[in-house]
Amino acid sequence: MGGRAMTLFVSMQQVLGDFTLDVAFDAPKGVTVLFGPSGSGKSSIIKAVAGLSLPAKGKIICAGRRLFDSAQGCNLPPHLRRLGVIFQDGRLFAHLNVQQNLNYGRWFAPRRQTAAPSMADVVDLLGIGHLLRRRPADLSGGERQRVAIGRALLSAPDMILADEPLSALDEARRAEILPYFEALRDAALVPMLYVSHSSAEVARLATRVVLLQSGRVVAMGEAADILGRADNLGGAASLIAARYMGQDSDGLCRFSTPAGEMIVPFFVGADRVNLTRLRIAAQDVILARDMPRQISALNILTGKISDIVPLPEGGVLVNLTNGEAQIKARITQRSATALGLALGQECYAIVKAVAIAG
Amino acid sequence: MILGLGPAEWQAVRLSLLVAATATLASLPLALLVAYALARWRFWGREILNGLVHLPLILPPVVTGYILLQLFGRRGMVGAWLENSFGIVLSFQWTGAALAAGVMAFPLMVRALRLAIESVDSGVMDAAATLGASRPWVFMTITLPLILPGVIAGVILGFAKALGEFGATITFVGAIPGQTQTIASSIYIFLQTPDGGAVAHRLAAVSIIIAVGALLVSEWLARRAAKWVGGR
Repeated sequence: MGGRAMTLFVSMQQVLGDFTLDVAFDAPKGVTVLFGPSGSGKSSIIKAVAGLSLPAKGKIICAGRRLFDSAQGCNLPPHLRRLGVIFQDGRLFAHLNVQQNLNYGRWFAPRRQTAAPSMADVVDLLGIGHLLRRRPADLSGGERQRVAIGRALLSAPDMILADEPLSALDEARRAEILPYFEALRDAALVPMLYVSHSSAEVARLATRVVLLQSGRVVAMGEAADILGRADNLGGAASLIAARYMGQDSDGLCRFSTPAGEMIVPFFVGADRVNLTRLRIAAQDVILARDMPRQISALNILTGKISDIVPLPEGGVLVNLTNGEAQIKARITQRSATALGLALGQECYAIVKAVAIAG
Repeated sequence: MILGLGPAEWQAVRLSLLVAATATLASLPLALLVAYALARWRFWGREILNGLVHLPLILPPVVTGYILLQLFGRRGMVGAWLENSFGIVLSFQWTGAALAAGVMAFPLMVRALRLAIESVDSGVMDAAATLGASRPWVFMTITLPLILPGVIAGVILGFAKALGEFGATITFVGAIPGQTQTIASSIYIFLQTPDGGAVAHRLAAVSIIIAVGALLVSEWLARRAAKWVGGR
């Protein structure tokens, strides 16, 4: 796996009902998202890595420790694996209050862990200071999930495993929790393996994506690469690193990106996160050779054409590069010919604000 | 004198409480283990264990007492060994009465505990394991507190059964005043004697008071425990 700092390596086979899970992937630092439709085996992988189920064959190594190796007959029980799991349904301990829930893993955490985040840091990061004396029964769904994140963090794990942590929440709660995961990623406290079937979550969180289908890995790589490919996640899209600059009086949010300023209709979590990524579907982008004037679209980005790829389903995928930013536009072959597009040309990419998901 | 009980009758009441309390508390750890095994573990002989546990519930109590006598009597297999190795004699002792009461109460306790353990979400126990708790720790810090209302219910049920146990006890250890004559056997004996009716009457009243008292205390404890566990 080269010289990259590798945190988790998984290679496993497991029979699950009517299909066989047969995967191999690695998860370096940052957030690796296991992405795929429900029933593709994502959660089974998390269970196997956590030691809650037994693969038929394979090898699981985390932070240099062998957790499972069928060839050596090695299978570490869950309590010795040092993995913090965030479950879909929180699974807080009903008889303990929030503070006791948070402290639970610390009773068992090895003393040598000096890098473990402090209670004060975690409480601050997750904004749960006012909940410490409450019982789980008195928390909202979103609050419960924040406490579950804190509990996993405080057990000083080598890695966090998050098993669709937002799927049990409604849309508003999801938007409330997602920024905490971003903050977690940006604080780089601990690497994370994150299971999801929502492309919005992938776009905002992933540094790396492992794409699953029917128990197999169909693609894996850096998030921008995987999302840029037309056959993945509902069509090609660009992921652009963006810094939140503030909200205008009419409610629109301004971002600064390497390709120019961008305007987005709304951005949830602005109070906690100022670095995020904006996802723009390639089919929502219009290309122009000249700077357009008198146009309703609010976002006009610039870049040099670095790639023109014909798509099997028709049309071409044009890639504009501007510094760190890659902007993908899907246009027809006729438009590409009419504009006389060629590699190295300066080009303008036009995107309606409402087409961008914050 | 309260309730007009004589010293001999008080002795029977005290002995009954001692026997029932000892029987319940001494069998609780084993009942927990068996209930946990039946609820959570899949092993060969699980059904056999289940049947064995329920045997005292379906056998005539006299038969259970007879089997105890055969096993734990001074000439019985286990009884002889206990006497030779540890000097422990159970037959015709209050400890024997506690053993008989414990055996009879055991299935009821196991049933209550098993229901409680089955109702604990195993996902929560998994969560505790991923946080670093080994299985004994998960049991002590998660399962046990969560099943506390069930434990209380099981203990009170077992206590009530042990207190009222008659058939197995009288077969195994007889009814020796001050040793093995409990409330139940006293009532039986006084009913056999002329003019014993009044005593039997008073002891019956005491039984009812203890039983209702235990029920009220258990309701109160279970409500408090449920509140504590549920966090409201």
